[in-house]
Amino acid sequence: MGVPTPPSSPLLTVNDLHVVFSTRDGDVSPVDGVSFEIRRGETLAMVGESGCGKSLTCLALLRLIPPPGHIPPPSQILLDGQDILTMAPEALRQVRGGRIGMIFQDPSTSLNPVLTVGSQVAEAIAAHQKASKRELKTRVITLFEEVGLPDPASRYGAYPHQLSGGQRQRVMIAIALAAEPDLLLADEPTTALDVTVQAQILELLDRIRRARGMSILLITHDLGLVAGRADRVAVMYAGQIVEEAATEKLFQSPAHPYTRGLFASIPKITGPKQRLAPIPGVVPRPSRWPTGCRFHPRCPDVLSQCAATAPPETRPAANHRSWCWLTEQPKAP
Amino acid sequence: MSTEPLLEVQDLVKHYQSGGWLSGTRQTTYAVNGVSFSINAGETLALVGESGSGKTTVGRTILRLQEPTSGSARFLGTDLFDMPRSALRKLRRRMQIIFQDPYSTLDPRMTVGSSVAEGLEIHRIVPRADITSRVHALLEEVGLDPDDAKKYPHEFSGGQRQRIGIARALAVEPHFLVCDEPVSALDVSVQAQILNLLLDLQRDRGLTYLFIAHDLAVVRHIAHRTIVMYLGYIVEEGTTDLLLTTPRHPYTQALLSAVPDSEAAQVADRIILPGDPPSPSAIPHGCPFASRCFHPEKDQRCRSERPVLRTLGQSQVACHYATEEEA
Repeated sequence: MGVPTPPSSPLLTVNDLHVVFSTRDGDVSPVDGVSFEIRRGETLAMVGESGCGKSLTCLALLRLIPPPGHIPPPSQILLDGQDILTMAPEALRQVRGGRIGMIFQDPSTSLNPVLTVGSQVAEAIAAHQKASKRELKTRVITLFEEVGLPDPASRYGAYPHQLSGGQRQRVMIAIALAAEPDLLLADEPTTALDVTVQAQILELLDRIRRARGMSILLITHDLGLVAGRADRVAVMYAGQIVEEAATEKLFQSPAHPYTRGLFASIPKITGPKQRLAPIPGVVPRPSRWPTGCRFHPRCPDVLSQCAATAPPETRPAANHRSWCWLTEQPKAP
Repeated sequence: MSTEPLLEVQDLVKHYQSGGWLSGTRQTTYAVNGVSFSINAGETLALVGESGSGKTTVGRTILRLQEPTSGSARFLGTDLFDMPRSALRKLRRRMQIIFQDPYSTLDPRMTVGSSVAEGLEIHRIVPRADITSRVHALLEEVGLDPDDAKKYPHEFSGGQRQRIGIARALAVEPHFLVCDEPVSALDVSVQAQILNLLLDLQRDRGLTYLFIAHDLAVVRHIAHRTIVMYLGYIVEEGTTDLLLTTPRHPYTQALLSAVPDSEAAQVADRIILPGDPPSPSAIPHGCPFASRCFHPEKDQRCRSERPVLRTLGQSQVACHYATEEEA
């Protein structure tokens, strides 16, 4: 594919992404100017509450926004420098399920109930590579082994309802891995699972990422989940990224009041037991996003300019971005 | 707290039959297998477990939303399981339930005000003329606006709907609330609001909670005592603080280790249990947890002899090999 890209450049670069839905009452943009990068071999976590636009951002990366939604210019999604948004249909097909795989929250709705799980994984392989029936079956069983399905050979002929929720998610991961993707999009992959099974699946994703040198975009509402698992975290609120940093940095010194509010409202399993400090109010709807900084009506540290003007990108530290007037001029150390 | 427990459950069993004799698919689901516990007035007891552990079934059979297979449940001096349904109605005033998804429990065609007023009317809590003002007071108590009484459920967010569900339960002035995963469906910022509300209501009204949950971090913030269930059995019981700082049962240890922790990232120490819990219709002989247990002393005895709850320090543990020493 032309000149090989130097490995230091990001795998995926998203510039000023907008997702717009046209309604009777005018246009709403549930994703409103999102920019980020995913580097080779890293896990980027995208964290936020329901309605913040994290799942739509994920769907937009594969141009899977359902109508009447659309992605207007100047949005750009560059995969190795090539814009997914302007790709021809055939090239797009090679990206979907090919270079970029995807798994969802509820594996039971993504699997066909009347086909065996083995044939569904085989179909995913055959969509991107030529192989004989026999080769396909061997490849499927190898994939089943890789994703840790117990007794892989006999699972080939099983139907989805014969598997547990955790096993079905393993099958979905096998399908996503079938075409050896460079990037795996994981949208709340463990939310529907029990905690002990959740731990298994997260461990599995991490093992596969390391073994294959793949990148992962992990979409989740659970900040606790990303600790020790993601390299970087982007926090979304009301259709925008409000803070982004290396995971450890974000946990040690969150800069944005929303991120700090999220931490304060999460019940902790260790440390002193304090009354939780919830963020007052509710997440605004896309049609009623506040002016200026969208968090200002709920912000405990609101300044006079916050309601009028959206804050600029600030850098509280190296590799740490925050969109907040408070961090605009960091204090001298 | 009084010395007499508000609720005392003894040997609660609930088995379901499914399928028919003719189709040859008849099977029994052993949802709850002999569970005993008591709750003191003003206390919060948490029932913790994963799906299929029987925790929700326990909550529902106590209120007789489902009929128990056997056992007893003494509440305010009478056995709830030994009571005709007509007599139950009066007692229902004293025990209420709030659900995970309040939207599915609210009638979409009724205003919030009439939903909350329903219990007041059925149980004749206040004179007719006072119903409106009582509804407004209840809405304010749960952090809603009295004007919200005129609105319909779809106009509210998930957290606000849970507040409506709580107002509806409080209307009949209960002593005892079964809270069935009341914050699991909510965003974290809203979850904290509801947890604080439940704590405030307990303080102001002296309420007693049976708090059913899967999230140990949530439980830590609300429950005085905690019971951990696995496949319809109690595997460990103790004060919440003790259970979370020195878990004795291997399953409790694994659950605790699987809690996503935003503070410490001790990835290396995480216990990852293999496999899934067995099906409640095919519970293994011996210890129900044996198939996934990682205890170094696990042996034949675990696979053949079911461990009973025994006292270990200040906790109750159902494990042959749990010890008082640190794990």
